[in-house]
Amino acid sequence: MASLKTISKLSARRQGRPAPELIFGDLWTYDPAPETADPKLKARYELFINGRFTAPKSGRYFNSINPANERKLAEIAVAGPADVEAAYRAAQKAFDTTWGKMPGAERAKYLFRIARLLQDRAREFAVAETMDGGKPIKESRDFDVPMAAAHFFYHAGWADKLDYVAPGRRIAPLGVVGQVIPWNFPLLMCAWKLAPALAMGNCVVLKPAETTSITALKLAEIIQDADLPPGVVNIVTGAGETGAAVMGHPIPAKVAFTGSTEVGKIIMRSLAGTDKKMTMELGGKAANIIFDDAPLDQAVEGIINGIFFNQGHVCCAGSRLLVHEPVADRVIAKLKQRMKVLRVGDPLDKNTDIGAINSKEQLARITALVKSGVKEGAGLFQPACTLPAKGWYFPPTIFTGVSMSHRIAREEIFGPVLSILTFRTPEEAVEKANNTAYGLSAGVWTDKGSRILKMSTELKAGVVWANTYNKFDPTSPFGGYKESGFGREGGRQGLLDYCRLL
Amino acid sequence: MVGDLMNAGPSASFRRLFDEVGPVDAVGIEERVAKYTTRSIKKSAKLWGLRMAVTMVDLTTLEGKDTPGKVASLCQKAVHPSDDSTVPPVAAVCVYPSMVRHARRALGPGAKVRIASVATAFPSGQTALMTRLAEVRAAVADGADEIDMVINRGAFLAGEFARVQDEIAAVLAACGPATLKVILEVSELETYDKIRAASFLAMGVLRPGDFIKTSTGKTTLNATLGNNQVMLEAIRDFYLDTGMAIAMKPAGGIRSAKQALQFLIAVKETLGDAWLNNKRYRFGASSLLNDLLRQIEKERTGAYQAPYYFSEAAESY
Repeated sequence: MASLKTISKLSARRQGRPAPELIFGDLWTYDPAPETADPKLKARYELFINGRFTAPKSGRYFNSINPANERKLAEIAVAGPADVEAAYRAAQKAFDTTWGKMPGAERAKYLFRIARLLQDRAREFAVAETMDGGKPIKESRDFDVPMAAAHFFYHAGWADKLDYVAPGRRIAPLGVVGQVIPWNFPLLMCAWKLAPALAMGNCVVLKPAETTSITALKLAEIIQDADLPPGVVNIVTGAGETGAAVMGHPIPAKVAFTGSTEVGKIIMRSLAGTDKKMTMELGGKAANIIFDDAPLDQAVEGIINGIFFNQGHVCCAGSRLLVHEPVADRVIAKLKQRMKVLRVGDPLDKNTDIGAINSKEQLARITALVKSGVKEGAGLFQPACTLPAKGWYFPPTIFTGVSMSHRIAREEIFGPVLSILTFRTPEEAVEKANNTAYGLSAGVWTDKGSRILKMSTELKAGVVWANTYNKFDPTSPFGGYKESGFGREGGRQGLLDYCRLL
Repeated sequence: MVGDLMNAGPSASFRRLFDEVGPVDAVGIEERVAKYTTRSIKKSAKLWGLRMAVTMVDLTTLEGKDTPGKVASLCQKAVHPSDDSTVPPVAAVCVYPSMVRHARRALGPGAKVRIASVATAFPSGQTALMTRLAEVRAAVADGADEIDMVINRGAFLAGEFARVQDEIAAVLAACGPATLKVILEVSELETYDKIRAASFLAMGVLRPGDFIKTSTGKTTLNATLGNNQVMLEAIRDFYLDTGMAIAMKPAGGIRSAKQALQFLIAVKETLGDAWLNNKRYRFGASSLLNDLLRQIEKERTGAYQAPYYFSEAAESY
């Protein structure tokens, strides 16, 4: 066997010569490939209350901006306290008179109808989602919209089988629930919130995020077309004040919130002492852990997917890379190589991998945190890429030589910024991974099955992905540990959070 | 004693080779290549890709019923693929050793289109090494510019890696100046781990500019984006470690222009610009060429031509 020629013997000959490099140049550039489907936007969107689009009693509107070019897309109504009041009254009435009494098999028909109508209009919704939020069209087309439909399909299937949600117990809907959702997956979060609540027989007042209201209101059109009884779903739009009114109203038996840990804590404080049920899906600072025996190229792909998916606007983003020291240099070199072929730019181009940052405020926050990383001495790498002149963009960024005390290792950046740390032993990896206020998700990359099982029991995270990252399915419960929140969404466990056990 | 155990027999070499090259995750590699299929290649980028693909074709006929006449018309097609004179010639013709001299007669000495021949008891490789080497020497003597050999899969699967590598080295010596392409026959190796390991085994003895190649085209599963990707990544890792640029040839199963473009996207995004030419990348194919021509014509005229303009059957070259 001594004669076997492998890399180590051949590379030893190279000592002292310049390192070979790959050229990712412009020999073959892709022509622009814009998605051209009509998003069918209205110039002005009203509130959706009691089955009708209703002008706000507040009389006020705000502009929804396309983050890719800073142009105005539409005007969105601001829901004041009186509008929120009207929405809750409509929801209560719907619960008392129609939806709460309807057999599950009947409710299922409506949910199936919503799912199918969403599939029918998938391209239109994908374009609207991309224009409103800035995410690449390939993601809204291949992930957000189909996954939103999948959530309605899945929960439609449960609606007539609710006797099996809690074996041995009888269950009942909660009544009216208030829901506030974030701007990173506007349509998908609507589906995550609405589908289980409706399947269980609850009525809903939902507030989408200020910067991304359009697809929620387009979903309201589908809800109208599906002939859902008036008041079962009400959608009120606006900023933080509207959200506070939705969360603080006396009618809802439960409030569900997805957003930042900071706002989640404010809501929890304001509701302390009430008998409202709560579920919170908050921030994260997930560790993506690469062992030396991992399939490295696939791990690099998982790192890319973990942090650059949706510009890193993902609460479960793998924003801390923990890499085993023996392979750290190789992984970082491969990662930099891979980043050179990422395409940043117009979100509507089908070949774009990284789109626009959702808002000016978010861009400022990312920029500030990246500055702090440089100031605290971490090594910055960004591939050469030309960003569009107009719009809010940030290049894919990694920091090497990060330690647990850096701000970029502790705070949620919510952008395309990866902090790379190293570890020596599995115990150190677990210790570093768990040394955070958050506990939403984690990733483990190793060829060793037993290590995956051991790590997944020791990591304090709601989801642990093994040799993959950012995998979602309506059947799988999702939610956090510690300051990443409580309650689960998806699967049987998600339904349990929308019912009372009798 | 422990040392003896570590060094003893096929299992030790097996472990060492696989430890050095690392594992491949099947789910991950297939997700990666699925992203190539969602790239949208339009207009001038598409035309560039189609023309490039034409220049990369090893136009192949490997049939028991091959005749000098068939080979002559294949050579004509290779030099002059279409009545559109802007379409470049293909890279090579690929024929059985007995047909090499007919191909040389048809193409003439020093032709731009090269002659590749599948020697070494293609496709099984199950003859004595001496016989295989004699076949290689004969094909080169008859005028072959390139030799497509098969590895000894039996030896590989039995863990006799040194034997596999020594045989490749012997064939390489028999090639003389001819370019060598080493066929791994990926569908018989079955797993991505083994495809990666076999790639390194071959590259360890090749010269820069020699090829590793997926398949013979004679088994059920041939070139796929998945095994192409595993081999491209092996070439990349080997190049970055040693500075030696090995070329790649997927073969079998690439029938449409759309597929060919997806393979080229994989090359562009994995190995970069230096591999986007027919010295570093080839397609082993027969019916692919006419679909490339059909698509080039479509880009030129804006409309698809009637199906009888471009035959789907490689028989009709």
